[in-house]
Amino acid sequence: MSTPQPTLRDRAWSAAAAVPDPELPMLTIAELGILRGVELVDRFVEVTITPTYSGCPAMAAIALDIERALHEAGIENTRIRLVLAPAWTTDWLTDEARAKLARNGIAPPGARGSNCLFDNTPVPCPRCESNATERIAEFGATACKSIWRCTACREPFDHFKCH
Amino acid sequence: MATTSIAVVDDRLFAAVLARADDALILGHRLSEWCGHAPMLEEDLALANIALDLIGQARLLYEYAATIENAGHTEDDYAYRRDPHQFRNILLVEQPNGDFAHTIIRQYLYSAFAHAFWQAMTSSADAALAAIAAKSVPESAYHLRHAAEWTIRLGDGTEESHRRAQDALDALFPYTGEMFAIPETETDLIVGGILADPATIRPAWTASLDRILAEAGLAKPQSTWMQSGGRRGRHSEHLGHLLAEMQILPRSYPGAIW
Ligand SMILES: [Zn+2]
Repeated sequence: MSTPQPTLRDRAWSAAAAVPDPELPMLTIAELGILRGVELVDRFVEVTITPTYSGCPAMAAIALDIERALHEAGIENTRIRLVLAPAWTTDWLTDEARAKLARNGIAPPGARGSNCLFDNTPVPCPRCESNATERIAEFGATACKSIWRCTACREPFDHFKCH
Repeated sequence: MATTSIAVVDDRLFAAVLARADDALILGHRLSEWCGHAPMLEEDLALANIALDLIGQARLLYEYAATIENAGHTEDDYAYRRDPHQFRNILLVEQPNGDFAHTIIRQYLYSAFAHAFWQAMTSSADAALAAIAAKSVPESAYHLRHAAEWTIRLGDGTEESHRRAQDALDALFPYTGEMFAIPETETDLIVGGILADPATIRPAWTASLDRILAEAGLAKPQSTWMQSGGRRGRHSEHLGHLLAEMQILPRSYPGAIW
């Protein structure tokens, strides 16, 4: 029995999906939910992405990284399409992505569900899992993160905000 | 200035989109002026991040405006190659940063409106605007929480922080009327379900103010006299200075990329 050759579309998906996020390099753009689709349109391999935040300065870098990854996989005639709807939310982060964030000292976002933007659900410390934490600042090094500290183990940490 | 200004078409939807883009761009630019100067590192990051969100919203709106206008203009043309009288932002967002209290109160007054506005706009009959609104809602929610917390902290802080916050509120409140005024050119868009009706947004804004100002111990100004003119391109002198700084590089070096 011979395994079928992966199609061009599958090869393109694999190459694009492996691109790391420039600001959260432990995650790929597929795990973050930024990569929305890869299709063959006309003679082009069209990769569709969606921004996390309106002002996310990483989108241009991500588009370039995808082009480069496809090129290195031997895929030509590529184009990137940016879509806004449906709007990205942190609910699109895979479970694997959440686990990776925690392993890297970043508290993952809670489930969006009700009104996570304004509720006061505790954010557990990614180091010691204590709920005795407090927010230091609403915005951190990037728009997607806030800065917290743990009053149990005394460590400061980033929290990937629910969005 | 080396580069000529552009003329834009007279179209109601285009003008309405451009006006909201201008609100976001001008406020975003104002906040970016704090970069490297904020009273503490966390606030430097916060104000710069909020500025990025707002400029991002402005870019989405300008891009959409460009497709409506269909005259070959880009987002950069709208930002860099229009003169002050062609901007349609409300006067509130062009007011100078002043002290930190002024910046925070201006941000709070705008964010309380913007959050309610974008929430209402998610059900716009215009799919492109509804999509931009859906992106802007969670962003504006964080902006509102940040500004509201600081309003309370300043109002309920020291004697001096209270005085500065109250001064800022008294000075900026007359600029809030424009958020709810309906230019004649927008009535059809509201009837058509494309633009949110300001009358449906005001209750949420008022409720937020009543709650936050009470917690902050700040007195809501009783004056009902309101400034206006921004939506008609009649601006305070501050916008000209802001644009001169924002536009000088692309105007002096046409086609410059940085
Ligand atoms: Zn801890």
